[in-house]
Amino acid sequence: MGVGIEVKNLNAWYGQTHSLVDINLTMPANHATALIGPSGCGKSTFVRCLNRMHETNPIARATGSVRMGDIDVYKDASPVEIRRRIGMVFQRPNPFPTMSIYDNVASGLKLNGFNNRKILDEVVERSLRGAALWDEVKDDLRKKSGASLSGGQQQRLCIARALAVEPEVLLMDEPASALDPVSTSKIEDLIFNLKSQYTIVIVTHNMQQAARVAENTGFFLNGRMIEYDSTDKIFTNPTDKRTEDYITGRFG
Amino acid sequence: MMRIKFHQSLDELKEKLLVMAGMAEQAIQRAIEAYRVRDASICNLVLRSEPSINRLEREIDQMALDLLAMEQPMAIDLRFILAVIHINADLERVGDQAVNIAVRVREMEAFSSIDLPVDIPRLAELAAAMVRKALQSFIEADAEMAATVLTMDDQVDKMNEAAFYALSSLIREQPELTPQALNALIVARNLERVGDHATNIAEDVIFWVQGKDVRHHVPTDAS
Repeated sequence: MGVGIEVKNLNAWYGQTHSLVDINLTMPANHATALIGPSGCGKSTFVRCLNRMHETNPIARATGSVRMGDIDVYKDASPVEIRRRIGMVFQRPNPFPTMSIYDNVASGLKLNGFNNRKILDEVVERSLRGAALWDEVKDDLRKKSGASLSGGQQQRLCIARALAVEPEVLLMDEPASALDPVSTSKIEDLIFNLKSQYTIVIVTHNMQQAARVAENTGFFLNGRMIEYDSTDKIFTNPTDKRTEDYITGRFG
Repeated sequence: MMRIKFHQSLDELKEKLLVMAGMAEQAIQRAIEAYRVRDASICNLVLRSEPSINRLEREIDQMALDLLAMEQPMAIDLRFILAVIHINADLERVGDQAVNIAVRVREMEAFSSIDLPVDIPRLAELAAAMVRKALQSFIEADAEMAATVLTMDDQVDKMNEAAFYALSSLIREQPELTPQALNALIVARNLERVGDHATNIAEDVIFWVQGKDVRHHVPTDAS
């Protein structure tokens, strides 16, 4: 099951640049939360702070608190443990190109020294079914490489890979922006289904996509979160003029 | 992602609706004038304007539909297009009420002109003022002005009700005046409906500008 995420007074820097300023936000468990805003507004930095990927950049730092369920992400667990519990899917599908479909999905478990073949088989099937890819690849699991799949299939393979280590939260950074409308639709259906088991945070430039998949939406601008509310409120009658100007295309 | 072409299209949609508004307003004013001076030639002008109003209604709906499909508007732009679709329908019906009044006026030519115990010109003036004010609030995107239209409707409703009782009594007491009384009753009812359409337009302006749905006296947020 997914867990809720509570962010308090989060600030982040790249060198001297203050890229996130006093972010406070609660994302409920088993909901999808969309983050929107113009390029460079801080939304990707924000999701990278959630699973401590921000700190992998030597000039980056962050302060404040991120709680995921009962644990403090920055105090109670190692970055490796956090990244197992918070899976991430990126804009461009990034399967391991030379690995088979099976090994791509099993890679996270194998890296952690898990080698029980029977259980690995079960996890691979469950993850591929969870990512709505099983029926399309079940006959080629070991024959085909991850790179041989179409773009949309590769993205679902990456989602299956993320699901295999049984995370509680899935972060998606523009997961469908490089995909055609049919593949995009499959990813959106998938997000809808995955919500019953995971908490989902999705960064997107596609506002119709945010409106379709997320219960709540946050609007970021210049490193600040300007408005956070239910998605229907944000897209029909936002409170802040800057939100309205952005989503109606009056700037950005 | 500035959407200059889209916002130009919204301006064009507004301009087109204002043309429609001008035609509907002119039709109702002509119908009222035809009633006041009992002039069948003015009635003909009203009847001839109806096809143009109907054609414009279809054009505006098509334009709004295209913008919804092609531009997928949000927030104030989405509310604006929904308001335009509603206002467009109300204006077309104002045109229909003008036609109904013109038809009554032509029928009344067959009967002698008498003084009736109802102030139709006053009722007409109020209903026309509601339409004018509702449209002005649309032009200026002024929700406060639109709200004042809602209060005017009560007065129009009361005058229509008073006309009903006065004309019912007249029919009972002087049955030979039934045709004239019935025509006046229908005209009063048409004018009351014009007031209702003006109220709808004002409610749509409030929805567009503030995101509040105030229809049926139940204020709720658009979301």
